[in-house]
Amino acid sequence: MASYKLIGKDFTPPDLVGKVTGKAKFAEDFRPAGMLFVKLLRSPMPHAKMRKIDTRNALALKGVVAVLTADDLPKTHPPEEPMLTNEPLYAGEPILAVAAVDETTAAEAVERIKIDLQPLPFVIDPLETLRPGGPDPRSDGNVANRELKLQTIKWTARDFAGVNQGKLPMGKPAEEWQYGDIEAGFKQADLILEETFVTQALSHHSMEPRTAMAYWQNGKLYLHGSSQSVSFAVPGIAKLLGIDPAQLVFISENTGGGFGSKGTGYPQWGIPAILAKKTGRPVMMRVTRDEEYAFGRARPGYQGWVKIGFRKDGRVTALDLYIIQSNGPYEGFPDFRNSGTAVSLVYQPMAMRWRGISVLTNTPPRGPQRGPGPNQIVVAIEPFIDKAARKLGVDRVAIRRLNAPNNNGKVGPKQGPITSSYLPEALDKGAARFNWAKKQALSGQRKGSKAIGIGVGIAIHGAGRTGFDGLVLIKPDGKLYIHSGAGNLGTFSYAATSRTAAEVLGMPWDRCEIVAGDTGKNVPWNSPQVGSNTSFTLTRTNYVAAVDARKKLQEIAAKALNGSPDDFDVGNGRVFLKSDSSKGLSFAEAAERAIKLGGKYSGQELPKDLNPITARAATGLAGQGLVGVAKDTLPIKGAPFAFCATFVQVEVDLETGHVEIKECLGVVDCGTVIHPKSLATQIMGGGVQGIGFALAEKHVFDSKFGLAATKGLYTAKPPTYLDVPLDMQWDAVNKPDPHNPIGAKGIGEPPLGAMAAAVLCAVSDALGGIYFNRTPVTCDMILNAAEKKPQSFKPLEVNV
Amino acid sequence: MENSDKNGDTHGSISRRDFIKGIIASGVTVSSVGYLFRAGEAAQVQPGLPGAVERLVTLTVNGQKRRVDIMKQETLAMTLRYKLGLTGTKLGCDRAECGNCTVLIDDVPRYSCSVLTHTVRNAKITTIEGLAGADGKLHPVQKAFVDELAPQCGFCTPGQIMSTVALLKINPKPTRAQAAEALSGNLCRCGAYNYSLNAVMRAAEVS
Repeated sequence: MASYKLIGKDFTPPDLVGKVTGKAKFAEDFRPAGMLFVKLLRSPMPHAKMRKIDTRNALALKGVVAVLTADDLPKTHPPEEPMLTNEPLYAGEPILAVAAVDETTAAEAVERIKIDLQPLPFVIDPLETLRPGGPDPRSDGNVANRELKLQTIKWTARDFAGVNQGKLPMGKPAEEWQYGDIEAGFKQADLILEETFVTQALSHHSMEPRTAMAYWQNGKLYLHGSSQSVSFAVPGIAKLLGIDPAQLVFISENTGGGFGSKGTGYPQWGIPAILAKKTGRPVMMRVTRDEEYAFGRARPGYQGWVKIGFRKDGRVTALDLYIIQSNGPYEGFPDFRNSGTAVSLVYQPMAMRWRGISVLTNTPPRGPQRGPGPNQIVVAIEPFIDKAARKLGVDRVAIRRLNAPNNNGKVGPKQGPITSSYLPEALDKGAARFNWAKKQALSGQRKGSKAIGIGVGIAIHGAGRTGFDGLVLIKPDGKLYIHSGAGNLGTFSYAATSRTAAEVLGMPWDRCEIVAGDTGKNVPWNSPQVGSNTSFTLTRTNYVAAVDARKKLQEIAAKALNGSPDDFDVGNGRVFLKSDSSKGLSFAEAAERAIKLGGKYSGQELPKDLNPITARAATGLAGQGLVGVAKDTLPIKGAPFAFCATFVQVEVDLETGHVEIKECLGVVDCGTVIHPKSLATQIMGGGVQGIGFALAEKHVFDSKFGLAATKGLYTAKPPTYLDVPLDMQWDAVNKPDPHNPIGAKGIGEPPLGAMAAAVLCAVSDALGGIYFNRTPVTCDMILNAAEKKPQSFKPLEVNV
Repeated sequence: MENSDKNGDTHGSISRRDFIKGIIASGVTVSSVGYLFRAGEAAQVQPGLPGAVERLVTLTVNGQKRRVDIMKQETLAMTLRYKLGLTGTKLGCDRAECGNCTVLIDDVPRYSCSVLTHTVRNAKITTIEGLAGADGKLHPVQKAFVDELAPQCGFCTPGQIMSTVALLKINPKPTRAQAAEALSGNLCRCGAYNYSLNAVMRAAEVS
């Protein structure tokens, strides 16, 4: 790695100064003249049918320009989420929208609208709708997900026989898979654990609500949205609005956090777009915090069961997992499916069965949240690994290391290969740096009212994709313009991955510009900024685009200076003769020549395998300089995954139930480290969210009325400065992944799960081996456990 | 420090200079005035009636006097963002939970979403736009936030920086724990707390 000039080095991302001066523009910061404002009328009930809407009084109000209802919109195909609805499926769902000259008028117009809603039965706890004769969350089904059709599944009374004793009903699953012989695996086991568990649903709490502003010009829609992805969002928005992708200019230069909730788009940003079309004026829809808690997405909660067989040394011989996912009323996200895959990888069970069902509920729509599936399942299961270690007398790092995948690890029902895993190395590195062995003596020690606990947790996530495009441009000004269709939600990976192109071309970074955040600026088809994939995926695309540019530079130099392309090398803004570096062309000269040559050199002729979005972008740049453009068709064997092992020391106050995290260290395997400082922010930031997941954040619902109680930051409790350690530590294995040209893999998701798992394991350790089988573990639960009192909820109860 | 008018700026008497500045300000903001607020409502308030407030007020923002037409229920965050064009102040919740809208009022950090504009007519208001020098030179706290890569998404950053500036005015050499306490009203969902604390400590070192 020593040979890299840019990769692995810290730098200041170009958007940073804008972020500290207030100049960075988010969706709400744009103001075209004549802009209208939108207010939404939202459902007061968790499930109802619209009988009548009377908008006359609203339309009579001076300043009201338009009202949009579900009747004005094309029908959606269930379980697809609509923009507006006549059958609200959760409290707070948008029913109609009013556009007016100012927000106060729009709000008053909403107040003046009369609606007549017929209340319908609703479902908050997934088990309720699975019961025979149980209520249905929507009139056309109670089970659905991506690639799982909307259907009705009811279980039998027998399935529910043990539910009052806390036994998870496990009727017919919607999906299942198995590899190996689990019965044989359990027979081999020296210890079998059988556990039920509950993980919470929780909101994303992005600091920027999903505000959107739209206007039309020359038949094109200009949409300013809050999105984790830029070019990837285009087909979805176009489909939502029934327009050609070429008719859309999507602008999302800065996004105030997303964490999955703004990854691949959402229907609500269509509302200002349609109202803008209807009124012929720019329309701003400022989304409130309260609305963000309604349609701003949430992680699905689980009610689950797991049976794990362990050999004496701790090796997992067989694992049987059942997950019931609370999916909200729409398509949701396949967390439950991803959890099965994750477990198969992280513990490498010799045999495994996974069963799952995604149950619709009248709660806010679910979407992916940082490590959707892998994270909540390891947080649920990691304490059971500790429990087994305790029973078997095995060290807790050793048991994880024994089961952890190495480069030969297998994943999923097909037991496919992975590109690399240095999870064992991460555990070793962490254990050494954290003084794990020595710290064991502190376990359970008392300091006044406080008990010390030590914990380790591991987590994984898929870490890369393939098949996207790269696009670079060298202009006659001698600069390298790296076009990126990635989003910018704060990971800075749009910038770090762009440096790959500069590295390949030997271009000094101060002569490079990143062009991003606006599809009007000709950005290529890039992966969504989700699922820890950007670092892997976009280093590959920038690599192939830069290699294409390098080849063209060599060819141009060969033509100009009479030689063969192979005689030339590139570096420091020049293409030069290998044998005599004084002979060559500057990039500026080469760009001029590319323009004169035309054809493939300046973007007039393009590779046939490009995505139409990239082809349009490259055509937009044609004639401006030397265009490097290519689709990532680099070979890959196996699925890329990223890993994190986190170590913590906590103090649990047995008089208040308060948990203080005194020390923490997250060690990751993300392949080659490409931007150390930013990597650290991902490890720590994910860790902070993990602390919230482990100890505080959850949905609470009034089960009688189906209304959320956690609709404020102060009730939903994302961590503050005072909830996290003052000095969080991090490290990385820093070994290259063999299937990425610079060895990089993503890392965004696993630090959350690893931290949450480590914290819960440490709390249980402080309590001498009390396991809660539930997340989050809150102060009252700790107090009840410490005082040997029953908990205030039943084992399978959710949203409490 | 305060850019007060030498001719004396008191309620009810508008100096010539202020009048001209008011014209300039209203010219600048003409395209955004009235977007969020019902046009004409403020004009209907009868001066002298109970609850009535002055409509056309002078605010001291970032060292400049700004004339602005406000409603009695208008919050400072809305005035700053929608009438004065100072969009660096972010609205994360609009109900005093997140701290993204933190500005300094007489050097005290306040949630501008929960301050009524008419209550700060005589105060000195500083927003994120008022920290850097006229030449664009970053304030030491801004520079520290850049050097430490403190922002992630950047939405809470203006608020974090304003709280830091306020802290360092009253406690130039805080401990890390004191800094955490002082900034604890500023949420950051990216969880960049440690890096923000690094920035606070770096800024304290250089200032």
